[in-house]
Amino acid sequence: MATNRHAHAHAHPFGNGHEGGCAHEPGPLPRRDGSTAAPGIRLENVTVAYRRHPAVHHLSGEFAPGSLTAVVGPNGAGKSTLLKAIMGTLRPESGRIEISGIDRRDIAYLPQISELDRTFPITVLDLVSMGLWRKCGAFGAVTRAMMQQVREAVATVGLADLADRPVGTLSGGQFQRALFARMLLQDARLLLLDEPFTALDMKTTADLLRLVKDWHGENRTIIAVLHDLDLVREHFPRAMLLARSVVAWGDAAKVLTPANMLEARRMCEGFDEDAPVCRSDAA
Amino acid sequence: MPPSAAPTPRDRTMLYDFLFAPFADYGFMRRALAGCLALSFGGCPLGILLVLRRMSLMGDAMSHAILPGAAIGFLVAGLSLVAMTIGGIVTGLTVALLAGLVSRATPLREDASFAAFYLISLGLGVLIVSMRGSNMDLLHVLFGTVLALDDAALVLIVSIATITLVALAVIYRPLILECLDPGFLRAVGGQGAIGLGPVIHMGFIALVVLNLVGGFQALGTLMVVGLIMLPAVSARFWSRNVPGQMAAAVLFGAIASIAGLLASYHWSAPASSSIILAAGGIYILSVIAGRFDSIAASAIQLRHRTG
Repeated sequence: MATNRHAHAHAHPFGNGHEGGCAHEPGPLPRRDGSTAAPGIRLENVTVAYRRHPAVHHLSGEFAPGSLTAVVGPNGAGKSTLLKAIMGTLRPESGRIEISGIDRRDIAYLPQISELDRTFPITVLDLVSMGLWRKCGAFGAVTRAMMQQVREAVATVGLADLADRPVGTLSGGQFQRALFARMLLQDARLLLLDEPFTALDMKTTADLLRLVKDWHGENRTIIAVLHDLDLVREHFPRAMLLARSVVAWGDAAKVLTPANMLEARRMCEGFDEDAPVCRSDAA
Repeated sequence: MPPSAAPTPRDRTMLYDFLFAPFADYGFMRRALAGCLALSFGGCPLGILLVLRRMSLMGDAMSHAILPGAAIGFLVAGLSLVAMTIGGIVTGLTVALLAGLVSRATPLREDASFAAFYLISLGLGVLIVSMRGSNMDLLHVLFGTVLALDDAALVLIVSIATITLVALAVIYRPLILECLDPGFLRAVGGQGAIGLGPVIHMGFIALVVLNLVGGFQALGTLMVVGLIMLPAVSARFWSRNVPGQMAAAVLFGAIASIAGLLASYHWSAPASSSIILAAGGIYILSVIAGRFDSIAASAIQLRHRTG
């Protein structure tokens, strides 16, 4: 069983060329300003807590520049919390998160689909054009060339025919494609994806996974929260197994072992109201 | 015949008499119409955004919140437009600000804090009103005097409509973004001390307060909400994008204003309630026979397509 997985891991752990041969065809969008250095992220003893109860507990380690990492773990393990802390919308109670090489705003975040109002009266094209924000901001003009980019992004995710439909008429998979188009347009160096493939069919998953791999090939740093372990083993070189604290973090094949998974499952989901105060910081 | 002479029924068709004569012949009707149209232009697009932000009842809460301010203004300066307007704006914004602060500092949701603060404000308002005993002038504040708009009131209403439309155009993009995907705006909107989202939100609330205060001259604090919200909830059945809904809402507001004023003229009904009831009629019509998702639209069984 273990040998099987190793075989997978050794076949081009970082390459994306073996899958469809589109490794370095010119991307649909012009690259911005030439700063192609990928950002790295250093976590230094990070704790994020809700009402004194830690959702992420004493996390330390590093996401290497240009790495493609899957964050896995049981519900309530702190996966989404970690993403939000990296993004800067949640403040760690203690510890530091250092992002090197980019501005905090050069982060693209794909929310869990349930966090959006999918009945909002807006067309696919307008939803995707939100990805232009860094270029045009709150008040800047949207030029014809920019709208052309939006149309290209919509076409890249396979929604060209639906561009002018209200998003309320899209299926879950189509809506997720639209969010990926928005992310494509954001052209960020650091990508955070919260359960990007949950409840998607095989074709949509494959198409969107191709996009993720293209981004990886373009030397972007990518962190994705995932639940499908087979998918992680097959496509993600790195993995972090989280159960509030890190159970294992490294090459996916070495992280997702039965022993590690068992240990992660031992994390009890509820918080102990009377848990003693954590002293591990105390000098 | 000289134009100043009283018109005789024979000179005009019935349609003209019914639809146009009231406005052509009487200055107070024209003023009322101008005021209500201005309110529709500013208020109805705000109503659309309130619905989209799931704050449909917020207008109601805010209209109660401005009551004590208007009442204090009235007590201090009598029936003075300036005093009551300033009073209303101050208490309205105070309630909005406090509710916003509490909802950000505690887990209490914003609608809950709004409810708490507007009820406090309402209690205070009633207390202040009762200190002067019953008073017909104050009753006009509550239920409006649309047929007695003076120049100052008209200028105020039109100015507020203008400010509202310009401000909406300026903050439109972040406002829509904050409704649709607040997390996205938090991520891209900069990491300033407060952040873009809350600033936009408070700006929007301030516009709502302004329109409520502008409207209470014409329709009264309680009725003005109807002209903001009813066309907005009706518009949802006629368009599937935000600009389309805003246009439809303004149109409905204008139609309700005209119809309500005419009804009030021909049948001596109170003007503000006639306008609201006309808007209510449009709402019921939209629910039953609107283009999208109405009862009729979902009842009509057309044969399904092949794909």
